[in-house]
Amino acid sequence: MGQRIVVLVEHLAGEATDVTYELLGLARRIANADGAVVEAVVLGEAVGHLAERLPADRVLLLEHPSLHFLAPEPAARALAHVLGSTPPRLTIVPNTSLGMDVAAWVATRLGWPLISYCRALEHRDGRWVATAQLFGGKILADVPLGDEPSVVAILAGAFSADAVEPGSPGTIERVAAPAELEQLRSRVVALERPEAADVDITRAEKIVAVGRGIESKDNVELAEQLAQALGAVLAASRPLVDAGWLPRSRQVGKSGLKVKPKLYMALGISGAPEHLEGMKDAELIIAVNKDPKAPIFTVADYGAVADLFDVAEALLERLEG
Amino acid sequence: MTIAVILEQVPDVVEELEIAPSGTDLDRDTVTYVLNEYDDHALEEALLLAEASGDTVVAIGIETTGEIDQALYTALAKGAHRAIKLVGDFEGSWLSTRATAELLVPVLRDLAPQLVLTGVQAPDDLDGQLAPTLAALLDWPHASVVIGTEFANGHVRARKELWGGMTLTVEFVPPAVLGIQAARQAPRYVPVSRVRQVMREATIEEIEVALPPHASITVERLYVPEASGQAELLTGSPAEIADRILELLRTRGLL
Ligand SMILES: Cc1cc2nc3c(=O)[nH]c(=O)nc-3n(C[C@H](O)[C@H](O)[C@H](O)COP(=O)(O)OP(=O)(O)OC[C@H]3O[C@@H](n4cnc5c(N)ncnc54)[C@H](O)[C@@H]3O)c2cc1C
Repeated sequence: MGQRIVVLVEHLAGEATDVTYELLGLARRIANADGAVVEAVVLGEAVGHLAERLPADRVLLLEHPSLHFLAPEPAARALAHVLGSTPPRLTIVPNTSLGMDVAAWVATRLGWPLISYCRALEHRDGRWVATAQLFGGKILADVPLGDEPSVVAILAGAFSADAVEPGSPGTIERVAAPAELEQLRSRVVALERPEAADVDITRAEKIVAVGRGIESKDNVELAEQLAQALGAVLAASRPLVDAGWLPRSRQVGKSGLKVKPKLYMALGISGAPEHLEGMKDAELIIAVNKDPKAPIFTVADYGAVADLFDVAEALLERLEG
Repeated sequence: MTIAVILEQVPDVVEELEIAPSGTDLDRDTVTYVLNEYDDHALEEALLLAEASGDTVVAIGIETTGEIDQALYTALAKGAHRAIKLVGDFEGSWLSTRATAELLVPVLRDLAPQLVLTGVQAPDDLDGQLAPTLAALLDWPHASVVIGTEFANGHVRARKELWGGMTLTVEFVPPAVLGIQAARQAPRYVPVSRVRQVMREATIEEIEVALPPHASITVERLYVPEASGQAELLTGSPAEIADRILELLRTRGLL
């Protein structure tokens, strides 16, 4: 691929998020394969300390008060400004809540192709092919990168951060803020953090997690009983939390919490990429789902194609009987 | 004033999805279409905003499935004031997000809404999500992953979800484009009888559109992911499955 590979650095409250290192690791692997230079773009306010610590060959630093939170409008405009002047071959953006506001905007503005929801990027037959995850994780799409500058939005957790060598910060180059950051039509008024929760699922050793397969609020009781009998805590996929059946503090996934328990038992959860993002690193994953093609089986260690109610009741009988 | 809501019919991922012989699209003859669940939330959020402000909700869909009328009539039955269908040579095709946005932009410019709401993502938006793409073309501010909106002193406020329960509240000078993750309340239900009644009484406005040239990506191959190989199947009756699970937990010291 040659030339430059640019990574957008995601950060919050003065710290780069995990996905940033995953993307820098990916960029480094690509660069090692074909001699490209890895550049990190840091957009923010008073984030010079971040720029000094990043494992990239070059860091482009653009600071402006409107970028304090990497909010959608200023971040998108600032990144397009940085990229547009000398287009890199490849721009890598995280497919996260913050990255989603930037990737499509920038690619559209600059007229460049974008491949979203990427979980792999491989060199095949002399070119780079991105693999995107579509249709709730049930289908994969291979999309080759062409010769023009391209943007890829990478799923969090798709790549390991191991490939980055720590402590080798590159040169820092300051970029002047574009005038358009003085004429924004949006501003951040608050960052809110969740209230303290009754249970911290990120510390639980054993988790029983239920999904939309549980069907009704009343049935959540059964899962709670099973969790108690196993000495586990109860967690859930997003739709149950959105429906108000369980508190937000029990949500596992992209917008919920990342867990790494010794046991994750997934009952009636399809395994959408946004859910997998939060639990795929559990030590032992056991999934029960009626649909043999449910994507949860691609990450599970053990799977049962069965009705969750039958299995939960049989487990309870044995544990309590 | 106007709030526009973009509605898309998408393949139902609960059903089995088959790949067409071309290898680059789903077999559209076997697909069951449903309204994108996040678009349903976008509609709900628009109706909630309009109920509070007296604004008009316009539902807009592109005819790619032959079934968009159903979604538009349902939107009218739920309280949308107008429904617009964009028609052209698109039926049975998989429109990229960029193409969808290119079709919508002239219509939105004419309509001049103060807000455009759409689902945060769709199961098939390979080249990014619609809200930021529209925002880039319209040059309006935007936010994705929105879980609640309000009008306040001529501004729009949107709560954008980050992760781990954190949210960012962003204030906009309208017009703006928002990608809705979840409405403040579950999408309302309308009985089929009410939808039928609306079908008899209301009309869907049609606009003929054609796709301008735009940058796009090429799908080389669509395929079903292989199970990673490590997942071992526990078979038998529920009782046998339960026994196996408990045995696994015991041998690993988890019970
Ligand atoms: C920006 C963004 C962030 C998101 N963040 C999160 C997040 O943090 N966490 C999260 O979970 N999701 C998140 N989502 C939503 C995610 O995309 C999926 O919609 C969600 O994970 C689906 O939940 P589910 O698996 O419970 O439901 P479904 O996908 O509806 O799956 C239900 C499953 O239950 C099975 N089933 C039904 N009945 C039974 C039965 N009796 N026995 C056994 N199996 C049965 C079905 O076969 C199906 O596989 C996010 C989405 C977006 C766009």
